[in-house]
Amino acid sequence: MNGDGGEVRRAYQAYCEWLRSVPPERLSEKHQQADILFRRLGITFAVHGDDDGVERLIPFDVVPRILDPDEWRTVSHGVSQRVRAINAFLDDIYHEQEILKAGRIPSTLVLNNPAFRPEALGLDVPRRVYVHVAGVDVVRVGPDEFYVLEDNCRVPSGVSYMMENRETMMRLFPDLFSQHRVAPVNHYPEVLLRTLRAVAPPGVSDPTIVVLTPGHFNSAYFEHAFLAREMGVELVEGQDLFVDDNTVFMRTTEGPQRVHVIYRRIDDDFIDPLAFNAYSTLGVPGLLSVARNGRVTLANAVGTGIADDKAVYAYVPDMIAFYLGEKPILNNVPTYALRNPDDCAYVLDHLEELVVKEVAGAGGYGMLVGPFSTAEQRSAFRTKILASPESFIAQPTLKLSTCPTLINGELVSRHVDLRPYVLTGETTTAVPGGLTRVALRDGSLVVNSSQGGGTKDTWVLEG
Amino acid sequence: MKLTIAHETHYRFEEPARHSIQYLRLTPRPDHAQLVRSWTVSTPGKLRSWTDGFGNLAHVSVQDGLHEEVAVLVRGEVETMDTTGVLPPHDGLPPLMFLRETRYTRLDDGIREFVAPIAERASDEGQVATLHNLMWAIRDRVAYQSGSTHVHGTAGEALTHGYGVCQDHAHLFIAGCRVLGLPARYVSGYLFSEGEEAGEVGAGVASHAWAEAYVEDLGWVSFDASNGVCATDAYVRLAVAMDYEGACPVRGIRRGGGLEEMTVRVQVLNE
Repeated sequence: MNGDGGEVRRAYQAYCEWLRSVPPERLSEKHQQADILFRRLGITFAVHGDDDGVERLIPFDVVPRILDPDEWRTVSHGVSQRVRAINAFLDDIYHEQEILKAGRIPSTLVLNNPAFRPEALGLDVPRRVYVHVAGVDVVRVGPDEFYVLEDNCRVPSGVSYMMENRETMMRLFPDLFSQHRVAPVNHYPEVLLRTLRAVAPPGVSDPTIVVLTPGHFNSAYFEHAFLAREMGVELVEGQDLFVDDNTVFMRTTEGPQRVHVIYRRIDDDFIDPLAFNAYSTLGVPGLLSVARNGRVTLANAVGTGIADDKAVYAYVPDMIAFYLGEKPILNNVPTYALRNPDDCAYVLDHLEELVVKEVAGAGGYGMLVGPFSTAEQRSAFRTKILASPESFIAQPTLKLSTCPTLINGELVSRHVDLRPYVLTGETTTAVPGGLTRVALRDGSLVVNSSQGGGTKDTWVLEG
Repeated sequence: MKLTIAHETHYRFEEPARHSIQYLRLTPRPDHAQLVRSWTVSTPGKLRSWTDGFGNLAHVSVQDGLHEEVAVLVRGEVETMDTTGVLPPHDGLPPLMFLRETRYTRLDDGIREFVAPIAERASDEGQVATLHNLMWAIRDRVAYQSGSTHVHGTAGEALTHGYGVCQDHAHLFIAGCRVLGLPARYVSGYLFSEGEEAGEVGAGVASHAWAEAYVEDLGWVSFDASNGVCATDAYVRLAVAMDYEGACPVRGIRRGGGLEEMTVRVQVLNE
């Protein structure tokens, strides 16, 4: 919230004045009310690796994270630029592979990567869009210095929290919203629907769209149901769909109905048991054949995981230069690829300073945050790295910006990141706002909800 | 050769199935060694064609409503050329992709140990000779035994058991190539044999599988470890992939039906 000199950043000035005018207990009261609201809505999150298997609330913090119009312009242009480059990259590597021929990205890094899907080779998609929905994780480390941590291009989740957090804040603090001109986020489902309609198979003017969920055991099921309801489309599971005659159909009480666009929240591996994991009961047998024939659009397309692979990430600035001829607006975190012996040696010597991540890891699992690690943890990682260096990357520990956060009735400063959602149909746009995740433990830099992180409403002030 | 092929696969279910769907990879790939004169694939269900990511000409067959069997019939004529087992390098598939490991071709210590003496001589002998050595070593070490393994066996298992079928030989060859650092892929297809008297292992097993290795400046070179030879004009290529799973002629799933019984008849005749 504060700048380098300790002054309150411009975006927070009005909020701080308000904060000074309210008694501290009032915030705590609001915090409890928020808890009740979320429980009533049933927004919970199943945490992996928990023995009890109980679903719990992601802690919500009542202090908003605020961005001024200039900051948002930088972030939104920056993440949109990345997603445009990534779509061009996916189109290229699944067709001509010019970027590999030009030597701008090592061929083995892409072709020899499990996230590169031969099933998508030669796949033609409407408008050449492969990533329709991306959630790009951004952090601020200086006044106007933003870094991208990850471009989530598979099935990014969390957007329902962006909307519910706003809804809750508007109920709790109507006065604040009359004092601030906060850009709305509640039209996200509308923009998503427009995006999905724009990528319907050729010649289809009024497409039938569905949201495909793995089912209610999935940790993001609430979000799948929420988005389907808000868009006014059917929420289906694999067994509700079937393939016949080069077409995907949905079973309805009035008989089979053709489906044109599937917003799928199932990973590639499980989406078609005849093409991928044969034991998957979540997907739709035959789906790949219809998608490859251009008779149904999958959003996101099959094979997008190669673009957000942690090793390929290092080359997004090269993609931006190669495909768009532009300079990257947002910084990439310098990344050491441990498959390079030099990098590996350096990282092993500097484990205490670096963040080490498993290339295939997600959700903050399989991660070592050097400055906060114990000697034991470092030695365990050293063994893992030596056994399979190519499975790891390392990055310097970034000094993430902080935001006031209410902990046990007191305002304290905690590290935050930001995940704006980037939609690509006819054009690429980021809905103003996003999901701010906050590390609730003092000093912690890990914001993942699976690791005890919480969320905040994100305000983009209108200029 | 002018080969006439008839291939029938019958699935019979112990009780009626409600819905069945199959991906079929049963149409020869267009390539430099074979020219398809005529070809038909038929099933009782609705059949639509598609092309998979490896460029294989595939079909999807769907049968809805109660049915107790599915019959897949293939008929066609192919003219084949002997290219001494070599196909040009550029076929739209990036060779490096075929350095990847799959469930079937995963390396283990046994495979590494088995390939080590061959790899040691590789720089003296050159790539093509080394690949021949690998092929012959597999033929000598893993005996061909018809019906000996199920289709889900891995390269490592075949080596441990010391026997296997053509799929196992192909998987082991591909895994061996990775030890050598060479891209290799799985091919499914047909093999014409003069008959049992020719003494070839493949005789009577006209539905076949082998492997192709990528040799720089030469192209994709085929190795049939079951028979210890490179492909000739007796071979018809149906599909290529990383392994059996991606290239298999029929991959299906159904609702209901219980257990199934499969019978296959393949005839490959030379005019």
